Amino acid sequence: MLDGLPDHPAVKAILDWNSEALTDALFDRGELTLTVSSEKICEAVAAVKDAGYNAFEDMTAVDWLPSEPRFQISYHILSHRYKERIRLKTWVDSSDPAIESITSVWPGANYYEREVFDLFGIRFEGHPNLRRILLPEEWVGHPLRKDYPVEGYR
Amino acid sequence: MVDVGTPILQAPTAEGAHDQHMVLNMGPQHPSTHGVLRLVLEIDGEIVVRLYPEIGYLHTGIEKTCEAKFYQQVVPLTDRVDYLGPMANNLCYCLAVEKLLGLEIPERAQWIRVLLTELTRLNSHLIWLGTHAMDIGALTVFLYTFREREDILRIFEAVAGQRMMTSYFRIGGLSMEPPLDLFDRIQAFIRTFPEKIDEYSNLLTGNPIFRNRLMGVGLLSAGDAVALAVTGPTMRASGIDFDLRRDMPYSSYEKFQFKVPVSNRCDCWGRYEVRLIEMRESVKIIQQALDGMPGGPIKADAPKIVLPDREKMKTQMEALIHHFKIVTEGFNVPAGEVYQGIESGHGQMGYYVVSDGTAKPHRVHMRYPGFATLQALETMCKGRMLADVVAVIGSIDIVLGEIDR
Repeated sequence: MLDGLPDHPAVKAILDWNSEALTDALFDRGELTLTVSSEKICEAVAAVKDAGYNAFEDMTAVDWLPSEPRFQISYHILSHRYKERIRLKTWVDSSDPAIESITSVWPGANYYEREVFDLFGIRFEGHPNLRRILLPEEWVGHPLRKDYPVEGYR
Repeated sequence: MVDVGTPILQAPTAEGAHDQHMVLNMGPQHPSTHGVLRLVLEIDGEIVVRLYPEIGYLHTGIEKTCEAKFYQQVVPLTDRVDYLGPMANNLCYCLAVEKLLGLEIPERAQWIRVLLTELTRLNSHLIWLGTHAMDIGALTVFLYTFREREDILRIFEAVAGQRMMTSYFRIGGLSMEPPLDLFDRIQAFIRTFPEKIDEYSNLLTGNPIFRNRLMGVGLLSAGDAVALAVTGPTMRASGIDFDLRRDMPYSSYEKFQFKVPVSNRCDCWGRYEVRLIEMRESVKIIQQALDGMPGGPIKADAPKIVLPDREKMKTQMEALIHHFKIVTEGFNVPAGEVYQGIESGHGQMGYYVVSDGTAKPHRVHMRYPGFATLQALETMCKGRMLADVVAVIGSIDIVLGEIDR
């Protein structure tokens, strides 16, 4: 899985940190995707940050209903030095979906995690203010889940 | 049901000086909030102690809607996200899907895209300058910038038939060849535009009220800017020299010569200076695009993805079949995921498109700069006067359509 990739600074950083946590690596369409186990996401993010991937850019989730684990969480991290972007990916299953918050590494992930909490219903442990952000507080359901109808509940 | 957490601003308690604080609601219908942004402010006299932006008033669930549309039907939706920079939205989405498809875009289409995206940046910056100056109290500039914006909108109308919701860029190229006199019109516009920038600058740069309201206000250090995911001119005004157009070029930006303005002032004045220089640099890019505009086709050679020309559709059986299939069934996109970032007028825009191999996207996520920049608002306003909040909101150039999506 690591053919031609080990020299990449982000791959190296993850391997040096914990080679067992890296479950998959893929270089597709000019983009590097590293899959790490969800329990260690905060440490993994800190490891690539130390390796020069200094700017958190984006974070979101994808619902893969009905497969299990159901939710894919993608972090897009940019390096101002290498002028390159990587994607860290992790999986969360549908029974009590929860993952560690990375706001301790990048405070800028705050709104993004609230958005995912709001629209997917995934909890972020250790988030300073985990509330709905786009929808009203009394809203029922999480619209970006695949089992939520496009027209909403009537 | 998941716990929604405790409200950020508790009722004032009786401990210490806290009971002196007042909670003030600003917006969502406040003229200086550029749309429907609501701010909850905790103030001690006139000093801001805490600030909490409440967003979502313009939420339309556009990402959910995208999942129910064919790939080509998403293009008009993207216009409506950042409604002040339609071409940039189109460009970012189209580039992402083209990357998924592995499409090669003809050079002429790429250059016209650059040309119009830079005009979009001017459009976006003109609105920023006009409204920002109006918030500070200089009403005249607003009338001037909207005069030039009108010229840009007329160009958009000529090229796409629409002033604001252009949908001109399509997956695989452009929707049609631009009208014959378009390049002359753009040339006439940018010939006089640098003088217009001087005009705005004459009205504002030496204006003592404008200077005092902006200088030293809304400080954001370089470290905070990166930590809070702030991008674009706001980040560059904090001394970080990074621009996707130069550092990770897309759509043949690597062929253009331009400077990326950076300021170390970290305040609202720095953001004002950076954006003014950016407008001048955009004019240079537009000039280069007009001078070197290559000829050739404006659509990729992919009959199963790109709609055929009208003439061909009416005369060739095969083109008619392709047209029918694309419109009724869409086209399948190979499974995979891509993230495409571009530098829009407000900062780094990004589209994350996940395909499951069908004709409709499995997930379209939009990263818009305003959403992240809003997180830095508290850092910039904390400990400052209440009136400075208005100046700071103007200086970070937010559009609520892109924040709420």
